[in-house]
Amino acid sequence: MKRQSLVKAVGLAVPMALVVLTAVPASACGGLVGENGTIQLVRTTTLAGYTNGVERYVTAFEFTGQGESVGSIVPLPDVPTTVERAGDWTLQRLAQEVAPPVLSAAAETTAATTDASGVEIVLETTIDALDITVLKGGGDEVGQWALENGFLLPPDAPEVLDFYAERSPVFMAAKFDANRAAELGQGAGDSTPIMATIPTDDPWVPLRILGLGLEAGRTVEADVFLLTDERPELLAGGPGLTLARSEAASPLLLGDLRSDVGMGWVPPTMWLSYLQLEAGAGQLDYDLAISADPDHEPSIADAGVGPASIVPVAPADAGWALWPLVAGVSVAAVALVGLATAQRRRSATRAVAS
Amino acid sequence: MRLALILASAIVAGSATTAVGYAVADDGRAPKPEPLGPETVTVVVDIEHSQFLPSSVRVMEGTEVRFVLSNDDPINHELIIGPPEVHARHATGTEATHPPKTGEISLGPDKQGVTTYVFDEPGVVEIACHLSGHYDFGMRGEVEVVEAE
Repeated sequence: MKRQSLVKAVGLAVPMALVVLTAVPASACGGLVGENGTIQLVRTTTLAGYTNGVERYVTAFEFTGQGESVGSIVPLPDVPTTVERAGDWTLQRLAQEVAPPVLSAAAETTAATTDASGVEIVLETTIDALDITVLKGGGDEVGQWALENGFLLPPDAPEVLDFYAERSPVFMAAKFDANRAAELGQGAGDSTPIMATIPTDDPWVPLRILGLGLEAGRTVEADVFLLTDERPELLAGGPGLTLARSEAASPLLLGDLRSDVGMGWVPPTMWLSYLQLEAGAGQLDYDLAISADPDHEPSIADAGVGPASIVPVAPADAGWALWPLVAGVSVAAVALVGLATAQRRRSATRAVAS
Repeated sequence: MRLALILASAIVAGSATTAVGYAVADDGRAPKPEPLGPETVTVVVDIEHSQFLPSSVRVMEGTEVRFVLSNDDPINHELIIGPPEVHARHATGTEATHPPKTGEISLGPDKQGVTTYVFDEPGVVEIACHLSGHYDFGMRGEVEVVEAE
């Protein structure tokens, strides 16, 4: 793991997902490939909670009810120790928290093995009708594994997989088994929440993955909730993110979240950030870098772009967009003060000389 | 403020890059390369991130081109060469793969292959991959066939 000293950095995970397999209409937290090859977009909602050096990433996979199997691949910031069923209403409770008006079981294998495609399989588990596999490998290896396991990769997948593998070669593949869903009585619209527990100190939130397989003109929408020990600083690789809420999480919210299944890790106090993403798929070539450590800036590299493209993420009324003007005025003011001071000194010198 | 400093650095860096870019930019009318041929020629085409590299070639009328392809992606690709009706047929076709034959070849992940094509009429001949979504993604190019002198 990188930057071990970054104790309070916000670890993060991936909102989502992508690829899909066999021509089947099923959802994967954000996008899916339909039978005619088109992508049906579903608004993605995720929670990334980070405390004591461990991230809990919560999302839900929705089954659209047709076909034999569908799946998604999600890049992760580090290797998870567990992937388990999450509470049933954590994401809904968070959505309720920010909704206007604003008022106040599984068999698991963790022994790493190497697949024929060259990827390291670090974790396999089954959650309801989902088969979860955590992979470690380069973009080519992960792509080859995905193909061999029935995933249909869109043409932008090679570049996107390489994009993520260069920073963190860890991916989570989730595949819906329609037959098992039927046995479990799951139908169209039913979703399975999952939570990945990821010890990490590398704070970034994958966003680019949300546009995978989409036409450039399609709009990608997502809700991203962050819970961190401290107020985080956020840096995006491009426009499209709005920090809709940034505040100390209320004791009521934290208490409610703590009472959901698997959410006992929620500490008594946390900072809640709620970000809304709305960007064209063609422009969504970046991620979100995060730091909750006052001594460290968010990493520009973790935003997935070069320094010329970064955009700070702050509340709409925070005025960050005016900073160049403010900086320019400040510099001008300092220069004027300096000039005036020098002028006074020259005048004083002339007066003394005369 | 720390963010502002980062941004300031970023903008400075961006400006510097832009300036360099302007300094070396031409007027977009760089001279075209000499056409290949008319003897049989070999053109090596790499496929990476669902793009043909190179995506454009100039040949002389009557030239037989031997395309040597290398698919560096972990997904399937194909190269189809021909007039518009050929591309229209493949765009709506149902053949999952094409054997290596004149102007048509399918390539699995990390595979190499060869196909040949004789460009016997002046004009522009399109090359493309018609797997689902690949053409719209930009996986296409052209061969400019120059009239023989």
